[in-house]
Amino acid sequence: MTEKLHSYVEKLKEHNSEWVSEVREAFGEVTAVVPAAAVADICRFLRDEQQFNLLADICGADNGPEEDPRFEVNYHLFSTIHHNRIRLKVLLSEDSPVVPTVTGVWRTADWHERETYDLFGVNFEGHPDLRRILLPSEFDGHALRKDFPLRGYEPYSMN
Amino acid sequence: MRPRLLKPVLQTFMSTSVENFPGIELLDQPLESQMTLSMGPQHPSTHGVLRLDLRLDGELVIKAVPDIGYLHTGMEKLFEYKKYQQGIVITDRMDYLNPLGNNLAYVMAAEKLLGLEIPERAQVIRVLMCELQRIASHMVWFGTSCLDMGAMTPFWFTFKEREKILNIIESASGGRMTPSYFRIGGLMMDLPAGFENRVKQFLENFPDALDTFDKLITGNTIWQSRTMGIGVISAEDAIDWGLTGPCLRGSGVDLDLRRDNPYTGYETYDFEVPTEPDGDVWSRFKVRMRELVESYKIVRQALERLKPGPVKADAPKVVLPDRDDMRKHMDSLIHHFLIVAEGFNVPPGEVYLPIEASKGELGVYMRSNGGPKPDRVHFRGPSFINLSALPVMSQGEMIADVVAIIGSLDIVLGEIDR
Amino acid sequence: MGLEDKIFESLPDVVTVRLDSIVNWARKSSLWPATFGLACCAIEMMNTVSARNDLSRFGAETFRASPRQADVMIVSGRVSRKMAPVLRRIYDQMPEPKWVISMGACATSGGVFDNYAIVQGVDKVVPVDIYVPGCPPRPEMLVHAIMMLQEKIMKESVRDRRDTYDPESRISSVPGTLPVTEGTALERETEVEVAQNKVSRPYSIPSRHERRRSS
Repeated sequence: MTEKLHSYVEKLKEHNSEWVSEVREAFGEVTAVVPAAAVADICRFLRDEQQFNLLADICGADNGPEEDPRFEVNYHLFSTIHHNRIRLKVLLSEDSPVVPTVTGVWRTADWHERETYDLFGVNFEGHPDLRRILLPSEFDGHALRKDFPLRGYEPYSMN
Repeated sequence: MRPRLLKPVLQTFMSTSVENFPGIELLDQPLESQMTLSMGPQHPSTHGVLRLDLRLDGELVIKAVPDIGYLHTGMEKLFEYKKYQQGIVITDRMDYLNPLGNNLAYVMAAEKLLGLEIPERAQVIRVLMCELQRIASHMVWFGTSCLDMGAMTPFWFTFKEREKILNIIESASGGRMTPSYFRIGGLMMDLPAGFENRVKQFLENFPDALDTFDKLITGNTIWQSRTMGIGVISAEDAIDWGLTGPCLRGSGVDLDLRRDNPYTGYETYDFEVPTEPDGDVWSRFKVRMRELVESYKIVRQALERLKPGPVKADAPKVVLPDRDDMRKHMDSLIHHFLIVAEGFNVPPGEVYLPIEASKGELGVYMRSNGGPKPDRVHFRGPSFINLSALPVMSQGEMIADVVAIIGSLDIVLGEIDR
Repeated sequence: MGLEDKIFESLPDVVTVRLDSIVNWARKSSLWPATFGLACCAIEMMNTVSARNDLSRFGAETFRASPRQADVMIVSGRVSRKMAPVLRRIYDQMPEPKWVISMGACATSGGVFDNYAIVQGVDKVVPVDIYVPGCPPRPEMLVHAIMMLQEKIMKESVRDRRDTYDPESRISSVPGTLPVTEGTALERETEVEVAQNKVSRPYSIPSRHERRRSS
């Protein structure tokens, strides 16, 4: 099963050797760690050439404030044709959590990216409408960062 | 006539909410012929606390922008502070029409990290309960989407059927809507005595109920003219917008994770994947109605397969021991204490586990750092993605049809906002 | 023949009764809840209306979509910080007399969701008459809560709930101003009152009903 998944990553490497910096395999899933700057091109290549036509999910993750790279953005791609899944992982430092948007590749990325921006503060460069989606616009901080306290910075009051 | 005082308020309001939506050209018409209608968050047919910014030209919708987050619960943050087994309780409250599906996705992700083998009986019971829950979830969709469009009668019939399923689930798990029945490594406990008879009784009457629904709604001319050709989305667009589940199959894409990425032994059951080609509200309606029949078939097959056997995996460090064992064996008591007080360590790693919930692909991204609490849990809620395609579906429709489209998407705000 | 004959035979033309009890009886026998579903409990609220539990036996089945036509607000589910101002606004839009039922653990105390997003108890936002425990409460429990509310209504006095001109509800009817949280006239008035009397505030924007209670 995973040979098939590895073959997709191999083709990605063949196309451009700089696109894949690391390949991880665990629990029957294959993860390709990709450079942040090229993620939109990689996604377009995978969609057009490898038939990964459905973006299942984008989710961020925080490794903790003392780690470097601190943030991860995971792209879960799925194909409605050959029914395989692959994960792209982008590692980001705390100083410049910026990724190019993939809204040009899949329009569904819009809300996923807004959610990641809202909860982690990862900026998606070129996103047409990057604003908070779940929390109110005046909310202070990014809720899913590890240094954000569970109960928020202050208790609730109507004012 | 619009009061003069309101104008600046309206303009600033619009500039923050309806600008720059990708994929949709903004029609720049003078403000006089347009109006903005804020629908929700308290509205009877937005299925919860969804708010829509509708920019209208007369009755035509130029643009519909969903505004979500009014039920944001911070669940993903809370998972990081709860042990793995405590997280199951939170998943119940996510998609509260399909709690067993959420349980299953979460539990299977943890089991994948732990590498647990689940006994055959537990797998069959999981399939059985999930399909019953799918029927119950579709019952709520059917009742409420008819209610939105002014047909009140189906609501009483569907909730009657749903009540029967809730009673069955309650008899097994103790909870009507928040069962938490699936645990990491198996089930909470085995099925109670007389459970099979209850299910059989339900199955006996269910085809009649389906007939009633068909008679009430499917052949109804008003219903057909309200739904046919409304909210059309093509197959390419549906994939581009990431739709899954009945919404995708209503656009003619033959995809069902139960068949294509099988889990819990779904590949051994005999069922069809219904698709409809048109991509409108009527197609999505028909897909769900046919899915009810398929779920009914799966429940019947699962019921035949129920054989006596263990319902918990053989992993004493993860699965709670039986009460009886705890009274007799010292090590069971120690394991119980350790699991409850400290939790169990999960090997580090990350998984993404998708299942076919009643609304589409429910994916769980779970990352462990080796401790008793997850490092990150992310839910890919199908309603979240399906709702994001609402603007493209409702563009150019009448305002009354927006309600029909929302109903056909079958959204649950608990899952959208998390 | 029918009921009219029986009444005619058994009752005199004129009945004397306390105004309170007849008004309260009329109020409690036809409670109109607002259609206001938040989360899981809303589904159980729908179940309460449906065929098996049939809330209409207790005269409270007429759910109104508009808060201006409703008497009872059933807060069914968790209230997020983003929703709290909206909830307060809907409460302010309801005409007197009005009552609030806090349905479920989340609405009552935040439930399991003790975090940054959820208001820990809806009584921080609106005054609550009946609390219903459970997660979610069974339909029978909601029926019981409505019966308890009816008992409570019977003990009220008509004088407590005079409906006078309320500038606040006029303000809240302006469209397109949904997330407004600036102070209203009543709030500013209360601020002065609080500052003068140095009393603690139970709620940030008290309604007339609340102010009466505290005075």
